[in-house]
Amino acid sequence: MQKSLKRYFPLFVLPTVAAFLIAFVIPFFMGIYLSFTKFSTVVDAKWVGFDNYIKAFSANTDFINALGFTALFTLVSVIAINLLAFILALFLTKGLKGTNIFRTVFFMPNLIGGIVLGYIWQLIINGVLRSSGVTLLANSKYGFWGLVVLMAWQMSGYMMIIYIAGIQNIPVELMEAADVDGASLSQKLFKITIPMVMPSFTICSFLTLTNSFKLFDQNLALTAGGPAKQTAMLALDIYNTFYGSVGSEGIGQAKAVVFFLMVALIALFQLGFTRSKEVEG
Amino acid sequence: MKAMLAFAITSIMIMSLAGCSGGKSGNSVYYLNFKPEIAEIYDKIAVDYENETGVKLRVVTAASGTYEQTLKSELAKSDSPTLFQINGPRGYASWSEYCKDLKGTQLYNALSDKTLAVSRGYGVYGIPYVVEGYGIIYNNSIMNKYFAISDKFSSMDDIKSFESLKSAVEDMTLKKAELGIDGVFASTSLAPGEDWRWQTHLANVPIYYEFKNNGIDLSGDGTKEIKFQYGKQFGAIFDLYVNNSVTEKGLLGSKSVDDSMAEFALGKCAMVQNGNWAWSQISGVQGNVIKEEDIKFMPIYIGVQGEESQGLCIGTENFFAINAKASEESQKLAEDFIYWLYSSPTGKNYVTNDLGFIAPFNTFSDSERPEDPLAKEIARWMAEPGAASVAWNFTVFPNQNFKDKFGGALLEYVQGSKAWTDVEQLVVEQWKIESGE
Repeated sequence: MQKSLKRYFPLFVLPTVAAFLIAFVIPFFMGIYLSFTKFSTVVDAKWVGFDNYIKAFSANTDFINALGFTALFTLVSVIAINLLAFILALFLTKGLKGTNIFRTVFFMPNLIGGIVLGYIWQLIINGVLRSSGVTLLANSKYGFWGLVVLMAWQMSGYMMIIYIAGIQNIPVELMEAADVDGASLSQKLFKITIPMVMPSFTICSFLTLTNSFKLFDQNLALTAGGPAKQTAMLALDIYNTFYGSVGSEGIGQAKAVVFFLMVALIALFQLGFTRSKEVEG
Repeated sequence: MKAMLAFAITSIMIMSLAGCSGGKSGNSVYYLNFKPEIAEIYDKIAVDYENETGVKLRVVTAASGTYEQTLKSELAKSDSPTLFQINGPRGYASWSEYCKDLKGTQLYNALSDKTLAVSRGYGVYGIPYVVEGYGIIYNNSIMNKYFAISDKFSSMDDIKSFESLKSAVEDMTLKKAELGIDGVFASTSLAPGEDWRWQTHLANVPIYYEFKNNGIDLSGDGTKEIKFQYGKQFGAIFDLYVNNSVTEKGLLGSKSVDDSMAEFALGKCAMVQNGNWAWSQISGVQGNVIKEEDIKFMPIYIGVQGEESQGLCIGTENFFAINAKASEESQKLAEDFIYWLYSSPTGKNYVTNDLGFIAPFNTFSDSERPEDPLAKEIARWMAEPGAASVAWNFTVFPNQNFKDKFGGALLEYVQGSKAWTDVEQLVVEQWKIESGE
């Protein structure tokens, strides 16, 4: 049995390997190769070396601006989403009436697509701003906070579920022992709950960090980068570079490679950092 | 041995899978269509064409605003389109390697005005297949109401320059309650992606005069830099649109072209800048109050010398191109198809009545023109003695990035966060940056 399984190993593994190659590995390496070339269709590319990488930063300041905006947005939204999600999770593990309904309600925005959400929030925010005679595009601050609100609203339900799972996994004995010792509510929160949900925090911060950093749909639908590209995030800027001007596809590709490296580095660093804070369960 | 067998089986499986998707038929024309609004009509054309000639026509339509990227990926395939569109000299510059010389084709011979084609040296690489025009569309019944109460103007013939347009518009704004309108102009739509009427079409007028008055050769490198010498005039007409609008300045950032056309169709405003393609939008608005015979065109006057004889902006950004990398027989099939479409009775009927194209070919007689009011107005202006049409020079505008930045600057200007001189400066700078490689 063992032997024949081994014999047919290629047969079983090849479809998956082929799919993985075609859909991931080949495009990935082709993308890296293309970032060093000038091309308009992917089949005829001319090698230009590091030219695209230099132009990505020097041709105009769009990429740097987008990087700054994205970094700030990521910082604010990671804090906002996780704080909100954790508070919701705390309340919804207290055994209050209607807990299940609330959990469902908070989770639901996560099921709506980003483009739809973007347009809905655009309508809502424009409706609110109408009273002062301006629109979402009047100032990049509106776009920034609009995105933060949108993302917090969409993602906190999902993160809440993860935190709830974490909180429910805390052994009851720990809490009981703390009660016997006369620990206060805040002592229980900071000494038991938070250290014990650190694994959840690792996952949640990873998800929110990467999702915020590579946000695209919501950005496109809410402001499309307006006014004057001030609220364009990295992914949108790459998209605009690639498709907005014929001849700069290579620059767009170079930006994408830089973008990939940044996301990977930040995510690895964050994982290492939060892992070190986890306590033995 | 068994492992080898397993490998073989699997590779056969994969190859047969790939085989299913790449069904290539010899006797067919693959056309990548640029206009989503006419996709359904092409389905019908394909059926008729196959019935008449036995050649299969395969039409793929790119979703709105995604033509360039669809073309980019389709041309990379081995089964690539034989017939596609380019949008003018800039489009040709990006796709020159894929554009076949069309000089000897029957369709080019039938082209009535050969200067409309995209040509380089002795070659012709794009054949225009539709002529379009834009200007300021006005509601004649509102204008007549105004002329009845005005002591300054008595008919449209009095409005032949920017000066007279401005004074009439400002006078109308004062009398807007009497005229029953919310503003003279429909909303200056400035939402992202909705600003092409200003950063492309309106901007064409000053750029046209700049190129013309400086004798710039449009196919040369002289278009890679501009002075934007009529920037002031551009600003003046833009201000006129914005200050006499249905919508207050601060809210223009949320307005779309659809909103503007709806305002016009519902009689809330007297004028809107757009082209003859907007007819379907106007007629499609629910509860529209405007009568067909009241929809008229006037030129966009911006205050340049000699503009009394200016006509509408007439041109095209739709050119047929044939894939130079396709096989010779499929190139021939594509040539036959486009000639059939613009010369056979069936094809011509589709062009005039279903596609609603004003066709620039001598295979069409004067009676074979679309029947909608805006198309008729275009024909009237083109035939008007002494009216010189403004060419579509925006086909040499650098790229979408330039237009987006220009549109963004216009929005900031309207919202008061950018001065007009900064907008002019941005246009000059970005034009240069985005024109460079």
